Amino acid sequence: MPKLHVQDLACRRGGRILFAGLDFSLSEGDAALALGRNGAGKSSLLRVLAGLIPPFTGTIEWNGEDVRREPYEFRSAMRYVGHADGLQTNLTVIQNLHYWAALYRASTSRDALEKALAAVGLDDLADLPARMLSAGQRRRLALARPIATQPGGLWLLDEPTVALDRPSIAKIETAITAFRATGGIVIASTNAPLTLPDAREIDVAAAMPTPEDAFGDAFEDALL
Amino acid sequence: MNAFMATLSRDLLIARREGGESQLAVIFFVLGAMLFPLGVGPEGKLLALMAAGVIWVMALLATLLALDRLFQADWRDGTLELMALAPDSLTLVVAAKCLAHWLVTGLPMVIAAPVMALLLNLPPEGWPPLLAALLIGSPALSFIGAICAALIVGARRGGVLMTLLALPLYIPTLIFGAGAVQAAIGGFDASAHLAALGAITLAAIALCPWAAAAALRQAME
Repeated sequence: MPKLHVQDLACRRGGRILFAGLDFSLSEGDAALALGRNGAGKSSLLRVLAGLIPPFTGTIEWNGEDVRREPYEFRSAMRYVGHADGLQTNLTVIQNLHYWAALYRASTSRDALEKALAAVGLDDLADLPARMLSAGQRRRLALARPIATQPGGLWLLDEPTVALDRPSIAKIETAITAFRATGGIVIASTNAPLTLPDAREIDVAAAMPTPEDAFGDAFEDALL
Repeated sequence: MNAFMATLSRDLLIARREGGESQLAVIFFVLGAMLFPLGVGPEGKLLALMAAGVIWVMALLATLLALDRLFQADWRDGTLELMALAPDSLTLVVAAKCLAHWLVTGLPMVIAAPVMALLLNLPPEGWPPLLAALLIGSPALSFIGAICAALIVGARRGGVLMTLLALPLYIPTLIFGAGAVQAAIGGFDASAHLAALGAITLAAIALCPWAAAAALRQAME
């Protein structure tokens, strides 16, 4: 049985249907790449999956339960890394990570946090204030969050490789592979090179609404 | 309670890191009240009459000054989204942020209040009810203000709008807070005022985090 089951998902933003009729299922260890041109709704898809935007239509099931009806179990398993890195710049690198680990009920021991930092290559900057980090280092710290808050079941990564150099991308790929080996599911949206072995592809742009979906009754009224 | 304690200690840590910035509201509170003797003149009787009202109005304004930053920074850097997606309820996180806000701005104002009572020539019998009223009533200012701060998250130039939203909601606290001191000076028992103030604060603690969390969720859609 698939762990994550998405059926007939549609998203409406600002009165416009971004995508409609999106169906996919992912089982433990699966990965999926959300593809589509800029503005197709890749980020919106991840935000709908995360629960930040209510779906316009359709259902998202986690372990066979509707996530809107049983949010606790889903939220305990889900880790979302959005466009914004979510860093408090006055705190040090490890203090930022410590807060996230505490919020997600993960281990907050210094060892565990340093291990997560090492996975993204930030372990020697642990006590530096986050405002001193470069754009790529900030992104890496944001990506250390799902690594530090294991066990999770689902990572939603929105453009994870933005601003990252080649060795860092390789580190992220390694972390994702390790996570999938423990049964984790990864959904990433990306236009940059990110190699996920046997990743499914979700073409958001292809899930284009028919004119009836996009404009509803107004479309028929206009024709008549 | 994990999310509550984690957020509380994080916000206190940030306030300590920011140092002076988080104490600006308290400095504003003291400086603003010091202007009154200069403007009104050193007429002791007049100042004594105004003291409780001035201290309370300054407490409201100083709280508003710091409220702007309650959610704005976390909203801008994306932290708020992650708080909303954490397993524990966003209401708990908001409650922790309100408590941290009160510890950083409200409590120092209570501590600074005797200085201002002295400056404004408040009669000695007014001092205990003033401190008690501020201690009981000032948490309500942080918690009620959180709703307004949550509503303006994401809005441009929201600070002014927030002030307009919050001030009417602060009126009951102001009336009972200043009333407690006036009653004591007039030789009456202030406990009824203090009890009403306590009721407002308890209701605010129970309801406001929930309402503010709902407003924040709306803002994130």
